[in-house]
Amino acid sequence: MSNPNPTAPASEEQIWTKEVLPSQGWLHLPWRELWAYRDLILLLSRRDVSASYKQTVLGPFWFVVQPLLATVFFSFLFGRMARMGTDHLPHFLFYFSGFILWQFFSDCVSKTSNTFTKNAHIFGKVYFPRLAMPLSSVVTGLLTFSVQFTILIIALGIYLGKGVPLNPNWRVVIAPVLLLMLTMLGLGLGCIISSLSTRYKDLGLGVGFGLQLWMFASTIVFPLSKIAENKRWILQLNPIVPIVESFRYAFFGVGRVEVANLAYSGAACAGVFLLGVILFHHAERNVMDTV
Amino acid sequence: MSLTISIERLSKRYTLGEIDQHSLWRQARDFIRGRKLEDEDYFWALRDVSLEVPEGEVLGILGHNGAGKSTLLKILSQITAPTFGRVRLKGRVTSLLEVGTGFHQELTGRDNVYLNGSILGMNRKEVHAKFDEIVAFSGVEEFIDTPVKRYSSGMRVRLAFAVAAHLESEILIIDEVLAVGDAAFQQKCLGKVGSVADAGRTVLFVSHNAAAIEKLCRRGVVLDRGRLVFQGTQTEALAEYLHKLAAYTQCLRDRTDRIGNGGLRVVAIDFRNSRGAIVPAARSGMDLEIWLHFEDHARRFHPRLGVRIFISTQMGVPVFVQTNRLTQTAFGELSATGAFVCRIPRLPLPEGNYQIAFRITPEAGGAEVLDAVKSAAELQVVGGDFFGEGRVPPAKDGVALVAADWRLESGATFAEMRATVGASS
Repeated sequence: MSNPNPTAPASEEQIWTKEVLPSQGWLHLPWRELWAYRDLILLLSRRDVSASYKQTVLGPFWFVVQPLLATVFFSFLFGRMARMGTDHLPHFLFYFSGFILWQFFSDCVSKTSNTFTKNAHIFGKVYFPRLAMPLSSVVTGLLTFSVQFTILIIALGIYLGKGVPLNPNWRVVIAPVLLLMLTMLGLGLGCIISSLSTRYKDLGLGVGFGLQLWMFASTIVFPLSKIAENKRWILQLNPIVPIVESFRYAFFGVGRVEVANLAYSGAACAGVFLLGVILFHHAERNVMDTV
Repeated sequence: MSLTISIERLSKRYTLGEIDQHSLWRQARDFIRGRKLEDEDYFWALRDVSLEVPEGEVLGILGHNGAGKSTLLKILSQITAPTFGRVRLKGRVTSLLEVGTGFHQELTGRDNVYLNGSILGMNRKEVHAKFDEIVAFSGVEEFIDTPVKRYSSGMRVRLAFAVAAHLESEILIIDEVLAVGDAAFQQKCLGKVGSVADAGRTVLFVSHNAAAIEKLCRRGVVLDRGRLVFQGTQTEALAEYLHKLAAYTQCLRDRTDRIGNGGLRVVAIDFRNSRGAIVPAARSGMDLEIWLHFEDHARRFHPRLGVRIFISTQMGVPVFVQTNRLTQTAFGELSATGAFVCRIPRLPLPEGNYQIAFRITPEAGGAEVLDAVKSAAELQVVGGDFFGEGRVPPAKDGVALVAADWRLESGATFAEMRATVGASS
């Protein structure tokens, strides 16, 4: 919304720094303003972290307790009982890596998909670039992920030390890109849902359920290699699948991924992200009238 | 002089009707039939408002509830976008539409100062530089590292206002936030707003507090039903506003749904505050006067004349009845015109709309009726600080607000307490 305009029309001497208009171009996005509010984004994220662990016994240990429990559960249910296989990886590494990637993505979606309804009381009283809210959730998610990722690396070191045949390779350098892709997909989707659900709340209600189903359509609890080769393309339409497979391939040396799959996934993530941000920025201008 | 705010033909339109299962269907149907939304589907909260505010101006914005004040402030503070027109601003805008927006209960006062400051547009460095000043102004130094949920409501308000008051923006927008807190703190806040203005910053100030407006503002504008109807000096604007309010008298002259013999008639009802000024709406906890203006053509003397006022909720639930017989007030002989005035100290009604009915009888409680009208007037009550604790009691808690005090009797058993009562009686 800010429209820094240092060169005022020559006819008037008056200098304006901001112009509020009924509508703005669809592609006008507030990057500069978000940068000015970067402290807010960090403080909001800090608020979420410290407030959610106040008055809990385990405190920040919840960061790691959750994926550890999920890993134990998955390895029992899908590893031992359903025998879905792990591409011959140790169960811990397979399920833990899948789960923390999935949780990062699913938190991105679920925590940003109700941005407008959850913050209506703040948005109705004070202006700041609304994208600061979902971005702060992403920062929180990244923080959580980095703690969990450290655990994963430690575990990887232990397995390597025991002589388990794992093959971390130079491709780990693309890990930040993979994370960025997940962020864009999650944030974009969350933004799309939160913008559309300001008028019709139905969309918000389906988020939790949809994410649950989606996890089972991603290669979190089973490897892609388990799927018959001629049907793999169906699963690879899911942009999460190449990301997860690439991640495992880079750190453990196993996985099924082609550069083409990854490129498709990257394009999908970027597309969803752009669409989400544009819709979100368009919705924020009048959202307080309908929430 | 250079301007800080320029508002050109600003309009804001809201679409009427609720969003529900049917609205998507309705929209689709309208679209297929080629029906465009017409004027009756819209509500214009603002219409064609143009205004220029020079640098360093302290402008009071006056208007009754629903006149468009809040909408104007919301557009200026970018909370919602206008439908038509444009606003141009020079400098940073800080809007205080509410004190303590974004305060988090679990965080300490210190964390909340940083968080609230950055929500209002300061960066961490700016808050840091002002931190000591903010805390000193709020007077909660001792508790600054205590979670805000343990604060009293007064402390919370003081800390929140202190943060907002120390923002260094060129334009400050204040909406009625000074109605909270105790009298001493309100004075301090007014002083702060005054010094902000003296420092050459532009202040837009909305308040129902005429005294505050009079003291702080140099110029004033009056909004009425979305239009800017007056701008001038603060004194002129205030006079215009009060004049407009006089139009809020609810006229009963043409009502035919009345019973009575017509000799004595109530022709209008209005509501006044303790200073005798007509108010469009009452506030919980205020001293309210209900004026029943009458004309007496019969001029018959009824020594035991009874005037009853019935107050019920919008849904028709009776809240209370008041009559001059309860206070043993005899009106004596009536003049040809005049008013029965019922004064209700500390109005015990929570926020909401109420129906007022009256019934005037020659004999208190008698069957004969001189004049009576059901749903004679509507009383709008806005939330106010009834309990004097710095907050507005929620309307959903009940239909009445009751003042009380509490104490603890300790150390005695029930039987002993019974015994003491027995002894003293």
